[in-house]
Amino acid sequence: MTRNISRRSMLKGTAAVGAASALPMLPFSAEAAGEIIVGGLHDLSGFIDFAGIPMNQIMLMAIEEINASGGLLGKKVKGVVYDPQSNMSMYSQFATQLALKDKASVVMGGITSASRETIRPILHRFKTLYFYNTLYEGGVCDRNEITLGTTPAQTVEELVPYTMGMWGKKVYTIAADYNYGQITAAWVKRYVEQNGGEVVATDFFPLDVTNFGPTISKIQSAKPDMVMSVLVGGAHLGFYNQWAAAGMKKEIPIASTTFGAGGAEIEIIKPEVANGIVTSYGYYPSIDSPANNAWVAKVKKRYPEKTPFLTELSAFTWDGMMIWADAVRTAGSMDRMKLIEVMESGKTYNLPSGQCSIDPKTHHAIRDVYIADLQDKTFIIKKKFSQVQPADTQSVCDLVKNPNSNKHYEISLK
Amino acid sequence: MLRNIHKDWLGAGFVAVLGLAILIFVPVYFDLFEVLQMTKYVVLALFVLSLAYIWGFGGILSFGQAGFFGLGGYVFAVSAINMGQTTIPFLIAIALCVLFAGALGYFMFYGRLNDVYLGVVTLVVTLILYKLINHTAGPEYIIGTARLGGFNGIPSIPIMTLPWQPDQEMEPAQMFQYFMAILIAVYVLLHVLIKSKFGRVAISIRENEVRTSLLGYDVRLYKLCIFMIGGAIGGAAGAMWASYQTFVDPNIFSLEWSAKCLIWVIAGGVGTLIGPIIGVIALEYLSFQLGQTDFINNLIVLGTILILVVLLMPKGLFPTFRDIFLKLWRRRGGQGDGERPG
Amino acid sequence: MDYSLVVAIELLREVAGLILIATGLAIVFGMMRVINIAHGEFIMLGGYTVVLTTKQGVNIWIAILILAPLIVGIFGVIVERLIIRHLYGRIIDSLLATWGLSLFLIGFVTVVFGNTVEGVTTPFSAIAIGGYTVSIYTLFLIFAAMAVIASVYLTLRHTKAGLIARATMQNPDMVETLGINSKLVYMATFGIGAAFAGLAGGLLAPISGVVPSMGALLIGKAFITVVTGGTAVVAGTLSASSILGSISQSVTFIFGPVFGDATLLFVALILLRLLPQGITGRIFTRSV
Repeated sequence: MTRNISRRSMLKGTAAVGAASALPMLPFSAEAAGEIIVGGLHDLSGFIDFAGIPMNQIMLMAIEEINASGGLLGKKVKGVVYDPQSNMSMYSQFATQLALKDKASVVMGGITSASRETIRPILHRFKTLYFYNTLYEGGVCDRNEITLGTTPAQTVEELVPYTMGMWGKKVYTIAADYNYGQITAAWVKRYVEQNGGEVVATDFFPLDVTNFGPTISKIQSAKPDMVMSVLVGGAHLGFYNQWAAAGMKKEIPIASTTFGAGGAEIEIIKPEVANGIVTSYGYYPSIDSPANNAWVAKVKKRYPEKTPFLTELSAFTWDGMMIWADAVRTAGSMDRMKLIEVMESGKTYNLPSGQCSIDPKTHHAIRDVYIADLQDKTFIIKKKFSQVQPADTQSVCDLVKNPNSNKHYEISLK
Repeated sequence: MLRNIHKDWLGAGFVAVLGLAILIFVPVYFDLFEVLQMTKYVVLALFVLSLAYIWGFGGILSFGQAGFFGLGGYVFAVSAINMGQTTIPFLIAIALCVLFAGALGYFMFYGRLNDVYLGVVTLVVTLILYKLINHTAGPEYIIGTARLGGFNGIPSIPIMTLPWQPDQEMEPAQMFQYFMAILIAVYVLLHVLIKSKFGRVAISIRENEVRTSLLGYDVRLYKLCIFMIGGAIGGAAGAMWASYQTFVDPNIFSLEWSAKCLIWVIAGGVGTLIGPIIGVIALEYLSFQLGQTDFINNLIVLGTILILVVLLMPKGLFPTFRDIFLKLWRRRGGQGDGERPG
Repeated sequence: MDYSLVVAIELLREVAGLILIATGLAIVFGMMRVINIAHGEFIMLGGYTVVLTTKQGVNIWIAILILAPLIVGIFGVIVERLIIRHLYGRIIDSLLATWGLSLFLIGFVTVVFGNTVEGVTTPFSAIAIGGYTVSIYTLFLIFAAMAVIASVYLTLRHTKAGLIARATMQNPDMVETLGINSKLVYMATFGIGAAFAGLAGGLLAPISGVVPSMGALLIGKAFITVVTGGTAVVAGTLSASSILGSISQSVTFIFGPVFGDATLLFVALILLRLLPQGITGRIFTRSV
């Protein structure tokens, strides 16, 4: 008796744990309270929390601003934030929860391409509007997603001729060994060759490589005019220190499609090492426009301590919130398809990052792109390109013709 | 004797009956989202059973059980994408994991690897798989129509289809019931196996390898069989995981997943089957809850809890609570009750 | 010719790197049979110590060579008193507890110091070898690794403390009856292991990105090196680091870093199959 009763009660305990996991997390239904739910899925802990935390801060700040101006359609907007802890299975769990349980009107988030490809099909399936606000390799073709980050065809296309013009025609590419790195390296090669140059070698590094000694020796023997860095993540930061330690900083200049993209690199790597790296993104805090200056001041006022890094990631999260709010106001409805139709109408938005509109064929942003040179933790803008098209995604995706597409295309350059 | 048989089977019987009740009633009383969440725990419970068995009842400490989980997931993904249905890919995934476990087990047990060294070999093999799969981002890594995808993994893996109707995808409730049925079946089969002669020899190997071998048993062969059974269960769980998530990425092979599996077993209690299942549900539920809260940092909380579990409950959650309960029961019920047959 | 010299230096540097990250773990594993999963985070703490103290104006050499091992060593003693001492003889439980500790430390450092602390630049400049330049700091790392391994050897072989440590490893009860407090020996051993991790973190800080997750990158390699080496701290670490480091780095030069890492694992696998107790389980059995 003893035995089986103890077992049985243990099992009841187990069942209770299982059942509790399924209980609704919100004390009351959001819709009944007349609130509009914005879901936020950014890595707030784990290895890319330095990127996720600012995006989340800016999203919450945008919600505050929308509410301060009276909310949307007479309702208050409420942010529901989850921390997927850089764990893909939690991304999928929380995305499902936002769509089905919280009935979010829109979800902002996903940072790595892996996390986006985890949650995008879920949000597509459960018909929840989705904004992806991170620079990435291009190729998403899904009418449910608005993609605001820059793609290689927007940034690399400008960065390569600009830097080649300054430094010379022989380029050595070092890239992270995953989709983003591989595809971006292929774009670098294409643009270098189109501009009459030569990629002398391309080396790929798994994301956990920390020792770059052999590569630095190889670069020394190849003697390129410049190095194009597509390195990603904390481990790869070692490259820049080892590069400077080998005395290469004075010898060969570096351009990068990734350095400072999340903001952390410019804080961690000392200016002596990082100065002079040339990058190209869709946003820099040093953009000198009234809209941006006002926005930067506003962010600093809202977050006087722990001021979020202002980068593409956080600025485009702001863009996403503003574009979405504008669509709700214009459509006068929360209906997902009506919002999508407004955004597809080719409206031009004036945002801190510059002018931006949504390409109806790809749902990617057509936006201003900048080239900047890093000096003492500040990006000094050298050049601006207006209204650059996401030509890479446009080459594979046409949502006007195939509105039901639900795919991430691998853009082949062969 | 009769008493012992009772004791042996009643616990397992209760688990099985309770499992069946969950299988039948959960889809009736819970909504879609909740059913999806519980499906996750079912799959992870199956995965943790694979290690709970080979470690708790065969004395094989594998640091790389995630290797089978990942292999099962990847094999299932590639074959399901190519074949369009899932029943045969599910079987292929299990079969390949058994073969892989056979090859690896032969390599280890017949090389007389033991103890922590054996654990490290399983870990190293898993990490090699991790490195190699991570390197498959380029377009040249394609099997049939399935791109391996490197770090980003394979997206859009088919949802399980009905075995008797290969073009029909399972509804979430059906998938839950299907997986739950597999979990109950595996649990009962393992229980039968543990109580069989094979199982008793396996336990004697765990307790004293030399003595068992001197009694004339081929220890290596027994260990190999146990390891292959563990591989089959791990592979099945991996295939189910891939189908449940609809994606699989190389992180499944990472140190983190292998270590997590170990931790679930330790936390739940080595040497039981139900304990590790409780361990996985409790710990995963905890990190899920932490993800929705505004703690300063979730890793601090999770880390502290792990340390406290080890220090305060050295036997694991299930045995500790069981013992506490037994003590309370005896105290309350008087001395006679403790002796009553269960 | 110049190129082969550069390659040789890089091979040595990889060996040195393995020695540095593995020595502390080898001491703790070899002497106490405790698998310290948080070893990587101890290294990370060493890195943070250097980064934070130099920011306060401390000389970088004092930070690397004195403060990093000292602070992490003291931290190790505290951890031993609070957690590890309850877990002797429970090798698997120590795994779980130190895993918890590793998560805790990552979270703790992120909250307290932030995940974007400005790093330090590499001391020394570079020297030219023909058409190549090599950082002098690389040479210094090789030297430091040799110094570390030599000091462990000399301590174990030629001092009373080393004798006691070796005796405690072999037979703690006997040592106890001889009037030596074995608890104290364990505490000191764990502290010294942690101090070596701190030193490794300090030495690596100028050439890597000091971020909370850096430990997780190193623990796998360190662990495999230690187990491949076997229980003898000096001979095991030295032989495993040399074999694994030089082979994997050669492959990296020829085929790139992916295959370099995979080869390291593959060689470890073959070695463990051939020598099931680690290298020093079969050969160098009388070494320390």
